[in-house]
Parts: sequence; C-alpha cells; structure tokens
Amino acid sequence: MSSILSKVKLPYLLLLPGFLFLFTFFILPIVNLAQTSTQTPIADGDTGQYEQTFRFANYIDAFVENREQFARSFIFAICATLLALAIAYPLAYAIAFKSGRFKNILLVLIIAPFFTSFLLRTVAWKQILGEEGFVVPPLRTLGIIGESTTLTSTSFAVVLGMTYNFLPFMTLPLYASLERIDPRTMEASGDLYANGITTFRRVTLPLSMPGVVAGTLLTFIPAAGDYVNAAILGNPNSKMLGNVIESRYFRIVDYPTAAALSFTLMAAILILVTLYIRKAGTEELV
Amino acid sequence: MTKVKDATIPTIPAQARLSRWFGRNLIRIYAFFGFTYLFIPVAYTFAFSFNDSGKSNLIWKGFTLDNWQNPCGAPEICTALGNSIKIGLLATIFSTILGTMIAFAIGRYAFKGRSTSNLLIFLPMATPEIVLGASLLSLFLVFQINPGFWPTVIAHVVFCISFVVVTVKARIASLDPRLEQAAMDLYANELQTFRRVTLPLVAPGIAAAALLAFSLSFDDFIITNFNSGTLTTFPKFVYVSAARGIPAQANVIGSAMFFLALAIVIAGQLISKKTKINK
Amino acid sequence: MVDVSSATRGDLRLTRITKTYGDFTAVDDLSLTIPEGSFFALLGPSGCGKTTTLRMIAGLEEPTVGSIHLGTTDITTKRPYQRPINTVFQNYALFPHLTIFENIAFGLRRRGIKNVDADVNKVLDLVELPHLAQRKPTQLSGGQQQRIALARAIVNRPALLLLDEPLGALDLKLRRQMQIELKWIQREVGLTFVHVTHDQEEAMTMADTIAVMNEGGIEQMGSPADLYDNPKTAFVANFLGQSNLIKGRIEGADGDNLVVDLFGQKISMPKSRSHAVDSSIYAGIRPEKFRISLVGTPTRGNVLTGGHIEEVSYIGVSTQYQVAMPWGQELMVFEQNDDGVPPFDKGDQVLICWEPNFTFALRGDEDVEAGTEVAPDDLDEDE
Repeated sequence: MSSILSKVKLPYLLLLPGFLFLFTFFILPIVNLAQTSTQTPIADGDTGQYEQTFRFANYIDAFVENREQFARSFIFAICATLLALAIAYPLAYAIAFKSGRFKNILLVLIIAPFFTSFLLRTVAWKQILGEEGFVVPPLRTLGIIGESTTLTSTSFAVVLGMTYNFLPFMTLPLYASLERIDPRTMEASGDLYANGITTFRRVTLPLSMPGVVAGTLLTFIPAAGDYVNAAILGNPNSKMLGNVIESRYFRIVDYPTAAALSFTLMAAILILVTLYIRKAGTEELV
Repeated sequence: MTKVKDATIPTIPAQARLSRWFGRNLIRIYAFFGFTYLFIPVAYTFAFSFNDSGKSNLIWKGFTLDNWQNPCGAPEICTALGNSIKIGLLATIFSTILGTMIAFAIGRYAFKGRSTSNLLIFLPMATPEIVLGASLLSLFLVFQINPGFWPTVIAHVVFCISFVVVTVKARIASLDPRLEQAAMDLYANELQTFRRVTLPLVAPGIAAAALLAFSLSFDDFIITNFNSGTLTTFPKFVYVSAARGIPAQANVIGSAMFFLALAIVIAGQLISKKTKINK
Repeated sequence: MVDVSSATRGDLRLTRITKTYGDFTAVDDLSLTIPEGSFFALLGPSGCGKTTTLRMIAGLEEPTVGSIHLGTTDITTKRPYQRPINTVFQNYALFPHLTIFENIAFGLRRRGIKNVDADVNKVLDLVELPHLAQRKPTQLSGGQQQRIALARAIVNRPALLLLDEPLGALDLKLRRQMQIELKWIQREVGLTFVHVTHDQEEAMTMADTIAVMNEGGIEQMGSPADLYDNPKTAFVANFLGQSNLIKGRIEGADGDNLVVDLFGQKISMPKSRSHAVDSSIYAGIRPEKFRISLVGTPTRGNVLTGGHIEEVSYIGVSTQYQVAMPWGQELMVFEQNDDGVPPFDKGDQVLICWEPNFTFALRGDEDVEAGTEVAPDDLDEDE
C-alpha cells in the first residue's frame, strides 16, 4: 500500500473529501449568494420570485437604507471587543501568572459557564437586568438610576450581552499567549530597573500581542454579525445588521437585499481584519 | 561583639503592609470578581430550575424538585433536546473525520497549495454565522431542498470542520517527528507507525476537537435557525419561548448539561494528570 | 519481516556517498568501511555531515549519489524498517504513550516475535533497570531514559547499532560513567556500534576506530592513537587535542630522517611521519611532548632556542606554559607536575626540546587554524 500512496499524492487524497464538502457547502453557497444579490423582483410575480438582472445598485440601495444598522453593528462589535479585552486580559493574566496550582481548575472555570446554552444565559441576563431582577431595584433605591430607566431593551444591555457571550473567545487566546511568556523575562526587566507598570508596558504586553490579535479577531468577527443579543436584550432602535438580514430572509422575503447586505458585511469585516492584521503584524493565525 | 538577639527587626507599619498586600493581590481580587461575573447567569439559571413556576419562569414562586424529576414536562422540550443531540452527534462524527484528515494533510506534508488550503480553512471561521446560514439556505432553496434535519447537519459540519482542523493541527505540531522515525527504525512500516505511534499520540487532540465540535453544534442558534425549518432544537426552543417565559425544565436541562460537561472536562484533566506522575 | 540472518550481516560499506540539499552539500563523496564487531566513531564539529551520514545508514535519509552495503546486501534504497539496523536517538525518542516494557518490546513485536518477555527482561537486566518496566518514559530521569533507549535498540540484536550523540544531554559525571558502560556493553553483546559525536575525548575513550569528518568528508581515519600521534591534516591535528604547528622547510635527508629548518633553527624528524608533498611544511609537536629547560642546562633531541615564558597556568596535574619564540609565535607546553620541581616563572629565558620521533609534518599549504574553532554545543542539529 505504501508504494502506491507515495508521499506526493497522499496529502491531496486526505484533503479531497473535506475540501469537496467545503466547496459544495461553503464556496458554492457564497457564490450563489453573490448571484442572488444582483437579482430583482419579477414584475407581477409572487413574493419571493426573483430574476437575475445583475443589478449592482442593489448593494447601494441596501447600504443606504440600512446604514444606521451597519454603523451600529460595527460600533457595538468594537465596544464589545474592547470591553471583553479589558475584562479578559487581567483575568488571563491572573490565571497565567498568579494562580499557582489552581491553574487548571481556573481554566476549566473560564470555559465552564459556556456549557450552559448561550441562549439560556442571554435570557438569564434579560431577567437579571429586568424589572424583577436583583440589579435594577437596588440601583433604583440607591438613586443611581431613575424610576423610568430600564436596563433591558437598551443598547447598553445588548453590548453587555455581547461582551459576556464572547468572553471565552477573548480569554483563551490571551491566556495561551501569556502562558508562553517566560516569567524570567519579567524578572529580568525588574532587575534592569523597570517598575511593575513599565515591565508590563514594555515586556509583557508586546510579548502577548499575538494573543491580543487572535482574541480580538475571534471576538469581533462573530460579534459584528450577531443578532441574537440584539433580539433578546435590545429594542427596535438597537437593531443590528444581523437582525435586518434575518428579517429580510424570513419576514419580508427580500432575498437580493439580504444577500447584498450579507456580502457587504463580509467585505467590511474582511477589510477591517486585513488592515488590523497588517498593523498588528501577526501572520500565522490558524 | 553585638549579640544578634539584641538587634531589632524593623517592622513595617500596618498601613503600608496593607497597601503592599493589596498591590500584590490586586489582580487576584479582580480575577475573583471576574469569575463571579462569569457565573452569575449560570447560577441564576440553576437557581430558577428549582422554581415552582408553571409555564412562565419569570418570578420566583417557590422551591420545588418537580422540574428535576420531570425534565420533559414542558411540551416539545425533549423533542428539541433529542434533535439537538442527534444533530450534534452526526455533525461531530463527520466534521471530526473530515477535519482530522485535513489537519494531517496540512500539518504533515509540504505540498503545493498548502498555504491556500490554510486560508480556505480559515474562511468559515471568519465568516459571520448569519452569512453561513443564509447562503446555505439560499443554496438549498435553489435545489428545492427544504430546510430540516439533514440540511442542519450539513450546515453544522461546515462551521465545525475549521475548528477541528485547528485543534488537531495544534496537536500534530507538537508531535516529535523523531518518534515516528524511531518507530520505523524499529521495524514498523508506514501503516504500523501511524497506527501504533502517530494516532495514539494525536488522539487527545482529536478527542478535544470532537468535544469542541459537539458543543459548538449543540449550542448553535443562528445557522440552525436558517436551516432547520420546522425542526426544533434546544436553542431554538429557548429562543422561541423567551418571549412568553422559558419553562423551568429548560433551566434543568441547561444546568444538567453544565454539570455533565464540567464532569467530562474534569475527568479528562484527572486522566491526563495520572499519566504524568512527577518522579 | 526483517531478515537479520547472516546474509545481512558483515561489514558496512559506504561507497562514494554524496548528499545534497539543493545547493548545500552535506556529505561529499564519502567512502568508508566499518568492520563488523568494532566500536566505530564518527567525530567532527557541527555541520560536518556526521549525523547526515548516520541517518543515511539508518535509512532515514536517502543518499543523492552512492551506495550502502551491509555484507553482500545492497541496502541503499531499503526503508528503515527493512534494515537490520537500530538507532539510539539524541533525545532518546522513547514512545511517551507506552510503558518501558512496551517501548523495548516494540521492535520485537513488529518483527512478529510472540514471546518477548525473556528478551526484554534480559536487556533490562543488562542496563540495570528491571524495576522500571511498568513506568512511562516521562517518569524517568535523563540517564535512565538514555539507557532504556539503548536497551530498546540492543534487544533486536541488529547487525549495526547507531548512536547519535546519545550522551549529549547528560551531565559530565554521568556522561563519563556512560562512556565506560557503553564500551562494556558493546564488548559483552558483540554488536557493531557506530557512534556519532563532536566530543573528541568521548570518541577517543570509546572507539576502536575513529573517522574524523569535516565539511562533508573524512579527513583521516584510524585508531585513536594513530590519529593523535600522527595526524595527516591541520584539522585533525587541532581538533584532536592541541598541536603546535611551526612553519618550516625540508632541507635534506639524513638516512631515515629529514632535516628541517624552522626559522633558522635545525631539527630532525622521521621521514615516515611527514605528509608533505614538497619542501614547504608545518612541523607539528604536541604540547605535552615539549620539555622546557633553562638556558645553559644540557639538552637532548631537537632543541629550539631563544624563547621566553609569556604565561604560566598551574592546573594541578600539569602546568601549562606559553613560550614566546624569536620569530613571533607562541608555543604551548604542558609539563606534568610529577617531580616536585617548582614551575618556571614568567620571563624566564628557556630552551624547548623534544624527542624527534614525536614530530609530524603537515603540508605547507594547510590552514593552520582549521579545527581550532570552538563550536557551540549544539544539541539539536540535523547536519
């Protein structure tokens, strides 16, 4: 057998089934989506019937009509990513350097909450931040928020939900990167007259950049296209692009617009990601 | 000669001691709050699984074990759970097999098109779920395939493959090539080397990948929503019930999944610890 | 199944082996015969091609040009598992997921042998680690792992046992101990050992025959004594121990001896120990062969005058001197501290003398610095 499967052919054989599958069910659908995006409704036809007219103006229409949701999606995603970074970095740092023999337990505890269905967790936040939860009433009593302000059905809640849900995607790459740093480099820094903050700024942070890049990408990309958090924790004014696409597919049955929006979203993400990677300089992501 | 006993050890004033302790442990304190924050919704979900709630689990009504004793009490919930598990198992099997093969190809061999392959694997991870789900739905509609069970399985395999490849590839990368050389040096041909040395050593990575694939599949909502049509899965069930109030049985199932997964991970940790006894 | 019968035993013969990687030539037209049953060392600095040569013998690399024979069998294109040759790897390469017992039994099982217990236990006794049979490799110390790696190879009674710098990761004391043990095991078991190392002391301690390699080829091959006493090239002279190489001219012959002029001073040396091709030579003398005496004391043998002591280093067993000669060169002298005579002082005017038979002569066009660089201890090179 080994004489037949020479070293040259074997990798291609191994790739074949998987790539065939991905080609059929990933590449082809996206190509199909592209050709859907330039269609227009058939005059006098039923809802949901379209014909190919190569109308590239679909993109412009879609973008203009939904620019608010576009902007919101990216703003929310960036906010959530930054918040997640702020929360996850110290957490990852604590596990990597300050946890001693509890390291493995803590790692498990970081991922553990995510064994509960993410929908259950998001709904839980809705109820916790809601009128009958244990957050709003005390805040009202303390006078921090007024009688009429609610925490749910707000953009604030949406971003909070997104931050929470994508936290492990930020924490784990950060941890992996921090863990690889030889603690003796930080000791050496102290030996060379740098205080704690300087050591962090000049030694730890730069060395952990690959983790920061990976974490922010793994958080930002799904966040930009999310709509579940907005649906559960938001209100009609906090709709994200994902909500628009979903409603175009299922309620309004406007496939070309939905397709155009999807592509624009993907393109925007790809551009941002490429710029970010160029600036941050990490090559090997996968 | 001064007696050492007479020398006084300088004491640090209490206030300075406190601030020093604080500075050293600031991060630990922060981490503690961080973990608490992570577990709030989980604890809430768990607590409310004991709520004597009837249909709507919004306000605490009373403690009861009924829900735990009768987890399938709410209509459709166990059908949904069953579907999620079935889809999860199938998606895991297919994506693990396909993904492992790809991981070996990319991780082991230098061939033309290797970097393109790497990029192709990265694409599904970089595509927003909504685009993955919507595009697949479009394709199915073109071929007049109705959304349902198998389209959902296929959709899940698509997004799971990349994660499997990444996980297994990482494990393969940590494999010392000299071990396989040693095996061949000791009379094992290529197939025997793979079976007796390579595969056992990569197995933990494959297991981790399978676990990851299953949890991603089980928890998926967006892609499933687009491709499952009238079929309910557990996440879909929760989403739909969110408006009127999720039955406490959902909390039971969610909490049970949590403890089960926790048990599996801890067991895995203990097993790997056992095979690494320090001398 | 692998044939370990007599047809595939015998001397190992490398014929005109060349290995290139693109533009880089790792091994250059190398020919070598390793006699059956000997302890053979391939000695050389990092990058000289010794590990590549070893891997070609094992079958882990294929030569670009040339052939390899074991006895009468051509094994050049045979896969590693088809050769009755086993390797002890530099980092031991023990299978982490198998017990020590199964590690050792691995080769036997692949060869289809059913009852492995007797053989495995015998070899565990040989390396004195029978109590570790059920442990896993990660639970063993470096020295123990090394011995198990050896056991795993020996148990198969291969025609050839290859050792790729197996002692590199051990600390000095353990290394010295293992050198003696390996030599003993080789004699006990009677296998042919081929040992790759960059440590010349190790090679000289263990091997019957040493091949000194440099830049893909063999500089010189012979017994440790031959190589040390009568090096043919500057590389060998400098790599094995240390040498004083003094530029000179052959002036004439005197019976079996040559008369050599060194910067105006005349010495004599045996004709048979000259490897020069013309009259331009480097005369070589090992530092321990020199004797220093104060000017005016009687001398015998060859004499060099006009030197004075630049540096004195007392090392306990010996005292090392750097003696500055009138022509600007500093010669090294090692004097044993075995006669209670106090050492010389810096600045003393001295004579250097030595037995003419200890002189060797190298070609005048040799690179005098060859073999003197201190190579970094590179444990993980793949040359």
